[in-house]
Amino acid sequence: MELALASLLNGVTYGLLLFMLSSGLTLIFSMMGVLNFAHASFYMLGAYFGYVISTRVGFFPALILAPLAVGAIGAAVERFGLRRAHASGHVSELLFTFGLAIVIEEVVHVIWGKTPVPYRVPASLDGPLFTLYSSTFPTYKAFMMAVSVAMLAALYAGLTRTRAGLVIRAALSRPDMVEALGHNVPRVFMLVFGGGTALAALAGVIGGNAFITEPGMAAALGPIVFVVVVVGGLGSLAGAFIASLAIGIVQTFAVSLDYSIHGMSLSRVAPVLPYLIMVAMLIARPRGLMGTRES
Amino acid sequence: MNRLAPAVLAFLVTTVTAFPAAAQVRIAYIDPLSGAMGATGEHGLNELQFAAELANAKGGVLGQKIEIVPMDNKLSAQESLILLKSAIDQGIRYISQGNGSSVAGALIDAINKHNERNPDQTVVFLNYAAVDPDFTNDKCSFWHFRFDANSDMKMEALTSHMQGDKGIRKVYLLNQDYSFGHQVAKAARAMLTAKRPDVQIVGEELHPLAKVKDFSPYVAKIQASGADSVITGNWGNDLALLVKAARDANLHVNFYTYYAGTVGVPQAMGEAGVDHVKVVSYWNANGTPPSMEPMIEAYKKKYGATSDPYSQALRSSVEFLVAAMKKANSTDPAKVAKAMEGMTLEGPFGPMTMRAEDHQLIQPLFIGTFVKAGGKLKRPAEGTTDFAFRLEQKLDGPATARPTTCKMRRS
Repeated sequence: MELALASLLNGVTYGLLLFMLSSGLTLIFSMMGVLNFAHASFYMLGAYFGYVISTRVGFFPALILAPLAVGAIGAAVERFGLRRAHASGHVSELLFTFGLAIVIEEVVHVIWGKTPVPYRVPASLDGPLFTLYSSTFPTYKAFMMAVSVAMLAALYAGLTRTRAGLVIRAALSRPDMVEALGHNVPRVFMLVFGGGTALAALAGVIGGNAFITEPGMAAALGPIVFVVVVVGGLGSLAGAFIASLAIGIVQTFAVSLDYSIHGMSLSRVAPVLPYLIMVAMLIARPRGLMGTRES
Repeated sequence: MNRLAPAVLAFLVTTVTAFPAAAQVRIAYIDPLSGAMGATGEHGLNELQFAAELANAKGGVLGQKIEIVPMDNKLSAQESLILLKSAIDQGIRYISQGNGSSVAGALIDAINKHNERNPDQTVVFLNYAAVDPDFTNDKCSFWHFRFDANSDMKMEALTSHMQGDKGIRKVYLLNQDYSFGHQVAKAARAMLTAKRPDVQIVGEELHPLAKVKDFSPYVAKIQASGADSVITGNWGNDLALLVKAARDANLHVNFYTYYAGTVGVPQAMGEAGVDHVKVVSYWNANGTPPSMEPMIEAYKKKYGATSDPYSQALRSSVEFLVAAMKKANSTDPAKVAKAMEGMTLEGPFGPMTMRAEDHQLIQPLFIGTFVKAGGKLKRPAEGTTDFAFRLEQKLDGPATARPTTCKMRRS
């Protein structure tokens, strides 16, 4: 019972962090049709910016400033890079973001080196929040969960209750019509890309000190984000939310359950399970849990 | 392209023909220099380059300088074999590698084959950290020399230390899912049951190498098992993240580790690891003889005040190489390998002997505890200013040696 509860909490926490990371990607994909391979790199940039700003100004200003800075970089990338690549089709876009991911990693190597930076959880959020049987639940994890849920609420409200959200959703299905109505679609694209990368950066500021801030962190989290987006349904925020939670919980329980098939314990394959789910999903239901279109 | 071709060709010709004229002993360093374990590989490169500079400052060897050629294998055995091929093609005859016994095993096989087919172009493998015991037992090779204590030797030292601690009742084994992690788990189980039959092993877990971001599920499981001690061979981020997750969940256990002193780990452990993390290592930063001071100071000056030259095995490998070349009066790998067998050099903490029968270096080992720096502990742990390792026990070389099953085939 104790293990089950602890695992559930761990799973939900991990799932919510995954959601923070993948919501930006979902947004970018649904709006622009760009599968952004560099998405996890913006997460990493967020973590490093968060580290730099929090050591100078403090953690809470970093929570706002770092995503803004990374979002500005993202917007610039869209304006001066992706927009040109866009003209030559999806393959160019894919290759562009793929190259961008490698460039960002190298830039991080050059500026911050290859070893982890000492990015720590702020003192005010450090320490246990409550005790569950014999183990404690850290305040910082609760904070991560709160931010993630708040982000979901804000995104949902923004997309369904505001005029800007209306334009974004309209552009998902009828980009030509939206343009014909006089909206500057390229500029909306730029803002969405900047916004999506800012969300990734926010996840980075929060995840960077919860785990470790080092140049390998983008490569480590990159693939899993795609799993979330594919399983949830390309372009569906609610789907991404459900998929994140499901993957977080499945992965956690795979570790804590002592179950083995042919002597191969489930915990040893735990990190591969999400990919298995993705493959199964692509075969059985290509549009994902709550996807709105087939491709 | 056609216009470029002659220029490219000319470049290749000049570089290829330039090699013999350079007259240098080149060592290819094949280790991860990027990716999740990039930091660990980078540290090794720094230490090896530094060791080469030390040797060159003393005049090099036989009138030649030692040069390190870094090659990034991304922790992949496949990639390493391609790099090995390219190193051999460049005329490099000495290979240095350490991170990942999976990689080392592939390199040993490939080098054995290469040397058999090309007896006039042999290659020697200087292994500074891949500690799978097989390499100096059933899989032993004349061309392979190990400068780190192997996993069984380290486990012997750790369990001997645990033997005296009656507070240990329940032990959990958490390791990486590849040859090395399997060996650690196997040795821990066998040696612990022999030395402390009263100790219960309450759990055994293997997790994928360098893939886990959040160790909380594993920590929850350890918590539920009621363990008071955890034995782990984890290295790099896999150890740092584990200790961090344990702190967050308020897991009160002692960690018995191989690699708590390596790059990134002391920093990640911080306050959480104090008094709870033990390490077995061939390096004791606060017990170095005064003769080592200039070396350590020079290292810190070059790589930062908080850096710790803990990879003694890399310095040992260069020192043995130089001594063997001088003894053989040749840089020919086959002659150098013969000369290195059974050779004894004075190390910083006592004599080090390259055992002839299996090419395993026999050297002193230390058990340390992660504590607050200060007082006599002047040298902080790698990457920190406030923490250090306190010496608990020193084992002299002969005490760490274990029998080998190696039947060496000498060419």
